[in-house]
Amino acid sequence: MHKESDIRLPLILGDKSYKDITDDIIRPIEANPPKTWYILLMISIVIALWGIGCIVYLLGTGVGSWGLNKTVGWAWDITNFVWWVGIGHAGTLISAVLLLFRQKWRFAINRAAEAMTIFAVFMAGLFPLIHMGRLWLGYWVFPLPNQFGSLWVNFNSPLLWDVFAISTYLSVSLVFWYIGLIPDFATIRDRVTKPIYKKVYRVLSFGWTGDAKAWNRFEQVSLVLAGLATPLVFSVHSIVSFDFATSVIPGWHTTIFPPYFVSGAVFSGFAMVQTLMLILRKAYKLEAYLHVKHVEYMNIVIIVTGSIVGVAYITELFVSWYSGVEYESYAFLNRATGPYWWSYWAMMTCNVISPQLFWFKKLRTSLMFSFFMSIIINIGMWFERFVIIVTSLHRDYVPSSWTYFHPTWVDIGVYMGTIGIFFVFYLLFSRYFPVLPIAELKTILKSSGKNYKEGYGKGKGYWDKHSAH
Amino acid sequence: MADKVIFAMYDDDDKLMDGAKHLVSNDVKVSDVYSPMPLHGIDSIIGVEPTRLAITAFMYGITGVMLAIIGIRYMMIVDWPMNIGGKPNFSLKENMLSFVPIFFEFTVLCAAHGMAITYLIRNKTLPGMPPRNPDPRTTDDKFVMEIKTSENTHIKESVLSKLIKDTGFLEIEEKSIL
Repeated sequence: MHKESDIRLPLILGDKSYKDITDDIIRPIEANPPKTWYILLMISIVIALWGIGCIVYLLGTGVGSWGLNKTVGWAWDITNFVWWVGIGHAGTLISAVLLLFRQKWRFAINRAAEAMTIFAVFMAGLFPLIHMGRLWLGYWVFPLPNQFGSLWVNFNSPLLWDVFAISTYLSVSLVFWYIGLIPDFATIRDRVTKPIYKKVYRVLSFGWTGDAKAWNRFEQVSLVLAGLATPLVFSVHSIVSFDFATSVIPGWHTTIFPPYFVSGAVFSGFAMVQTLMLILRKAYKLEAYLHVKHVEYMNIVIIVTGSIVGVAYITELFVSWYSGVEYESYAFLNRATGPYWWSYWAMMTCNVISPQLFWFKKLRTSLMFSFFMSIIINIGMWFERFVIIVTSLHRDYVPSSWTYFHPTWVDIGVYMGTIGIFFVFYLLFSRYFPVLPIAELKTILKSSGKNYKEGYGKGKGYWDKHSAH
Repeated sequence: MADKVIFAMYDDDDKLMDGAKHLVSNDVKVSDVYSPMPLHGIDSIIGVEPTRLAITAFMYGITGVMLAIIGIRYMMIVDWPMNIGGKPNFSLKENMLSFVPIFFEFTVLCAAHGMAITYLIRNKTLPGMPPRNPDPRTTDDKFVMEIKTSENTHIKESVLSKLIKDTGFLEIEEKSIL
């Protein structure tokens, strides 16, 4: 058994055994859902249906029902796309990068974060598709044989790179998530008594047996998938940034974009994980598995990525002046002081100033404050994309085409709708799927469980006294 | 000697590991172990060969990159060279840089999915497959060791049961194979 340093705070609190881990995580699946779950599901379904209605209206009427105009050809649609892709970056990053670094605290958040990733990437993928106007021709983005006319898709185009990057990312994340779920579905299969549940989980668990060779393969596959997914995570958001960076629009064609977008994505992804996990731990009574220490680790990642984002904003500003290019200088001056000054300063406050508060230990170990901050960061990161896209476009080279973007009710409805659809998926996931990785938590119980750590080092009650620090 | 399978159940992973070590040091062949989570170190004790799935991932990856190069070369260079902004596609070498992102994505796509499918087939885990664990508790908190008498014909049955008894199991079950 791998022994861990005595002074490290245990990752699993309380006097837990293997049996307790199974019970704690499967109990909400077996029990009837509480009333609040139904209420939340109903609200999400209503918002989702409203969003779907807006999408249907949009497809029937045309993309003109968005607030776009001749100058601002991209606005909320691509803002929402990049926002959702960014959120979708935490899950695979947590599972893959933290697995490569052997960070055991990932087990408290990886399963739910991966689910979040998959649903978020679904929502992201929706926007380019509906932006095509003719959703049913969406498959034309793939290189298809030539009965559609002797022309192939353009492999030099960052938009096509995006098609490949997003679809690879979505499908690889899905596989990664499901391979981890199989043993846990087997645990549920061998436990539930309702016949319908037994049948469904029997199919979902693919006949998992848990013999030595299967676990041996499981570990190898997880490791190699993590090794493949890590560069994938970085490549996907780099490619999303190429959509802008390879263009000729002042404010877009900056070489700093790939690292800046990737760290922004991780930043917003972790914030969304915090938002969702802090509610989930309360609702499912998972306080023993996800506690202050995990939240603190996440907040540290938020400080690091938030600071990278902050440095990137300031570098951009500096370079726009230092380059001596008038158009470039004007684009940035206009962002900060032009008609969209409010969005620029909302972005600066939410993304640059507020994460720095986490340097205070009191604040980064406060669950309420972390929850509040996670919402602020989610808002700030939406504004970041809005600032980049809309403020760069609304001032054209020809002053006669200068304009201001006003969202219509369809813009707002589609965006809200995706949040609704996301939460419908997420609520169903939290109801019927194990929200923590049962098998993997068992592997760290003996090295990082509170009762075991007290057994080989600190006396009984030590961590109760010291865990609040 | 009748051909039997012995399932010895333990309530702790360390007990099972020590038991397996004890049995193996006495020349007993342990055919398999069923556990609710991966047991680190059990493979070398009971002699499970390391998996070659990582090698398959590499091979699928090579296949992916080759397919991407051949496909993009055919579409963009041979079949319909495009002239975009005066930067025409007339040779793969000169256009290589802008093709790299898709080479990479397609390599990862093939490597990850190829390996995952191989993994599922090799493990016999596919939708609708029947579970083969000897006891439903092995996916919860119990650990089971499987010993086949046909693989241990060199040991007397009484000696074998004595050795297994020494490991301190929780329950034992014997099944005859017909």
